[in-house]
Order: sequence, then C-alpha cells, then structure tokens
Amino acid sequence: MGFEAWIEVSRMDELGRQDTPVHRIDARAKTVTTLLFIAIVMSFPRYEVSALTPFFLYPLSLMAIGLIPARSLLKKLFVAAPFALAVGIFNPFFDHRTAAFVGAAPVSGGWLSFASILVRFLLTVSAALVLVACTGMHRLCAGLGRMGMPHVFVVQLLFLYRYLFMITDEGARMLRSIELRSSGKASLRFRAYASLVGHLLLRSMARAERVYRAMQARGFDGEVRILHPTPLRWSDPAFVCGWTAFFVVARCWNLADMLGALMTKGEL
Amino acid sequence: MHMSDALISPAVGGTMWAVSGGIITYCARKVKDSLRDNLVPLMGVLGAFIFTAQMINFSIPGTGSSGHLGGGLILAVLLGPYAAFLVIASVLTVQAFFFADGGLLALGCNIFNLGFYPAFIAYPFLYRVIAKDRYVSSRAVVAAIAAAMAGLQLGAFSVVLETKASGMSDLPFGTFVLLMQPIHLAIGLVEGLTTAAVVSFVARARPEVLPTAVATPAAPVRLKPLLAGLSLAALTIGGGVSWCASTRPDGLEWSIAKVTGKKEVAKPRGGLHARLATVQEATAVLPDYGFKPPETAAAKPDKPETSGPWPAVSAGTSVSGIAGGLATLLLVCLIGFVLKKRHATA
Repeated sequence: MGFEAWIEVSRMDELGRQDTPVHRIDARAKTVTTLLFIAIVMSFPRYEVSALTPFFLYPLSLMAIGLIPARSLLKKLFVAAPFALAVGIFNPFFDHRTAAFVGAAPVSGGWLSFASILVRFLLTVSAALVLVACTGMHRLCAGLGRMGMPHVFVVQLLFLYRYLFMITDEGARMLRSIELRSSGKASLRFRAYASLVGHLLLRSMARAERVYRAMQARGFDGEVRILHPTPLRWSDPAFVCGWTAFFVVARCWNLADMLGALMTKGEL
Repeated sequence: MHMSDALISPAVGGTMWAVSGGIITYCARKVKDSLRDNLVPLMGVLGAFIFTAQMINFSIPGTGSSGHLGGGLILAVLLGPYAAFLVIASVLTVQAFFFADGGLLALGCNIFNLGFYPAFIAYPFLYRVIAKDRYVSSRAVVAAIAAAMAGLQLGAFSVVLETKASGMSDLPFGTFVLLMQPIHLAIGLVEGLTTAAVVSFVARARPEVLPTAVATPAAPVRLKPLLAGLSLAALTIGGGVSWCASTRPDGLEWSIAKVTGKKEVAKPRGGLHARLATVQEATAVLPDYGFKPPETAAAKPDKPETSGPWPAVSAGTSVSGIAGGLATLLLVCLIGFVLKKRHATA
C-alpha cells in the first residue's frame, strides 16, 4: 500500500459527502442490502457464472445514480485482486473435468470455477466499495452503531478515520525527508527503520495525549456522543425490499440463461 | 493474508462474523470497564499509526525484498489484549471499506485470523511469559519473534481452514498449507524483529509509555471466554469442512476416480490401520489430496459419479448461458448508463 492510496481515501471521502438520491438513503438500509447482496452472491454453486451476471445491476446502478466514477473503483479492484486470484488460479490445475462446452471446445471445471471466483470477486468488492462511496464513513458508522455495533467500537472507527489523514501526513513527511537525504533511494536499513517508526509511534502517542487533554478541557467524561441524523423515510424500507426481491428472483431463476434461450431459440 | 468474499461461503463468513462480533462486544465491555478515559483517543491514533507504519518499508539485506510492521503484536504490547483487538478490528474494517483489502462478509474471518491470535494467544501466552516486561533485552527479542511467528502461523492456518470449509478452492489441503505456512514463518520473523526493535526503541526513549508490571496490575486474559470462542470457531469450521468434504470430492479425487474407476485407491480400513492412516494423513505432505475426516472418507459409499452437486454437462445450456450472460451484462451496463445520464441531466 503506497501513499498514492491515500489520495484515493480522500477521494472516497469526497464521494461519500455527495448529495444524491442514493446518498440520502439511510445507511442502515444500504448496509443491510449490501450484506444480503454479498451473502446471496456467495451462496451460488461454485461453477455458476452466467446466473451471477444480473447481480451487476446492483453496484452499477448505485454507481450511476450516486455519481461514482468507475475508474477509481476499478483501480482499487485491481489492487485488491491478487489474493483471490492467487488462490483461484490453482483451480484449473486441479480440476480437469469437463464441465461445459463452448461450441465444441470443452471447458474444464477448474476454469469455470476460476471464472466464477473472478465474477464473485468483482461483484462483492464493488458492492462493498460502492456502499462506502455512496454513504460516507460518518453516516456509515452512525448507522452501524444504531444497528447494534458496540459503541466503543464505533467511536474507535471514527477516531481512527479522523486521525488517519494526520498521522499518514506525518509519515509521508518523514519518508520524504529520508528520500531527500538518501538521493532518492526509498528503502531503509533496519536500524534506521526501527528508530524512524519508533519516533512516529512516540509522536502519535504524544498527539493522542494532546487530543485527550483537549477533549477533557471540553468536558469529556469518557462517553463520546454521536449525532444520529435522519430518521427512516419510506424510501428506505422500499430500497431494501425492492432489491431483496430482485436478488431472490435472480437467485431462484437464472435470468441470464433465460435471456440467452430467448435470443438463441426464441423461447424460454 | 486478507481473505476476500469471493473465496468463502456465507456459512463460514456468517459464523466468523458472529465469533468476531462476540469478541468485539466482549472487548468493548472490557475497555469500557477499564476506566482509562485516555484510551479512547490513544486507540484511535494508534490505529492510524499502524496504517502509516505499514507503508514504511525497510530493505531486507540479500533478498531484494522489503518488510514492514504488521501491527497486531505491537498493539497488544502497547495497549493490552482487549484494546489491541478493537484497534486491529477497526484497522481491518477501514481496510475493507476503503481499499477492498478483504471483503465485507470475510471481515469476520480476517478480524479473527489477524486479531484474535496475536492479542489473545501470542501476547499473553508467549510474549508476556518470555519477555517478563523487560523490553530492552534479548529476552524481549526472542519473545517478540516467537509470539509473532506463532500468531501468524495460527492465522495462516485459519485462512486455510476457512477457505477449505467454504469449498471454493480446489487447492488440496496439504498444498495450501505448504504454500501458506512457510511464507508466514518468514513474515512472522520480520514482524517479530520489527516489533522488538520498535518496542526497544520506545523503551529506551520514553519508558513511561510502555505498560509495566506495576502499572498494569495483573490483567491476565481470562481463559474461559477464550476457550469458548476458540472451540466455537473450531467446531463450526470443523463441521463445515466435514460437510463440504463429504459432499464435494475435490478435483484430484475426481481424476483418480476417472483413472482407476474407483473413488479412492483401496486402503485397508481396519481399526489400527485407520488410526495409523489418520496419523499419516495428519502428518503427510499431501494427505489424501484433500481435507476430510477419515470417518467420512471411509463411510463414503461408491455412489455413481453422476450424483451429487455436479452440474449437468450440456452443450445447449452452455451456449445459451454464455449468450445470456453477455447479454445480461450488456443490458445491466446500459441501464447503468441510462440512469447516470438521466441523473446527470436532472
């Protein structure tokens, strides 16, 4: 993870602050729907590919209405891909059984399950990213808190998010100064690394202490209070119910196969 | 070793969510009861520190690769197990939210694999026992290496178990273990060394920020909830594994069945033989090309190959499947495009 990634985080933050119909939907509704979406996508049998394609409707339509540019999400998808690929790529080597035919060419079960893993990966990761991009960290955390996540943990998430940018800035400054002093070579020797990270740690802890003093000066009593904005509107349950209905239909019937049959044979 | 949603089943993901959620609730209560107000900002800032520290690399001489701090163990040293677990969980959550580093439903697995072991196993049972609160000594280095290695080995093994239990990967259990464990031995060594180095730096520069035996009046981890959590996870994973092992023979087994015409190469299944076979399977490099309890393997009847969850092979449905899939993708993209246009002009 490099520092370029941080520009992306602040972009996600900006996207989360937008005001579109999707952003206005309650964080809880979107969280529940997204989790349901991921669970249903994951519940498909391992060789399924075509039946998964209708599910792209969910992340894509949220992206479209939420005005989320596809490019930044795609970039993140590629960065995150290695582990899923690394484990999935072995399937073709271990599963040679013919599972389907493309025209006359046989396709082994391994390639089919690998393709299925890829499609699942695209679906689940894009849904998760879209959820954050069209909700924003603050609304998301407040929603999670109202859904029963322990208060201490919600506060921890918000604090972490709050200080992420500052501490990373601090680290970036340190790294830049090292680069300037070592004629561009970014890599460190171990001893220098240890004291560098140690210093960063001490500075972070000193900052935490200052923050704590400032909080105390403003009457902090050990309890962090989070504003809970926006009551539920009628559109929120409608959002959940509508998408759930679509997911269930797409899970029970292979919509893509039906469309394909309609196209190739003229009947369902 | 962040797991992604694509590789796990809803049952495994849901179970691990419940397990990790339970531990988070438990830790949250513990932290609240600790009455250390300054823990709130400290935890937040240390979480951000871990993020930054993961971006600073040092070069490992002679290998051309680089290493960095993972963070689980040093958090446990600085904050104690309960707060450390919460911080690790929050770091992983933010990574999943913003970097797609590990999936949302796999988050429970990831929090357990990367948080539970360092905070509740490696730190209390290895680090504290060996280091004895002396942060600048060779003891501390040994302690950090041992604890980091143990934590990562357990975590990596859990990744293997969870992936196998989900039944999405065809990678045989033994091969998967061989791929995961040695590399995490190396990662554990790096993690242990960096943790020890940073802790000893801090202990020399500002010893007062590190907890000492006096300052933390014996906050040992209570064994009961720990064991309960562990056995719950083991039970569910074990159940999942045996279930998928009995319904889904893996690829190699299938090809063996093809070659020999039998489900498995014949093996004596007597009492002692079976027990020895169990030992052998547990220690062998490629035990039985798969992971399953010997009982289910032995009890597996020679049922015909066509039964079970394999999809039927038919050229007709495949073609319409591909055409339909592509058409659906196109349609979905079109809908997205139209929605965007409409919204942008509105």
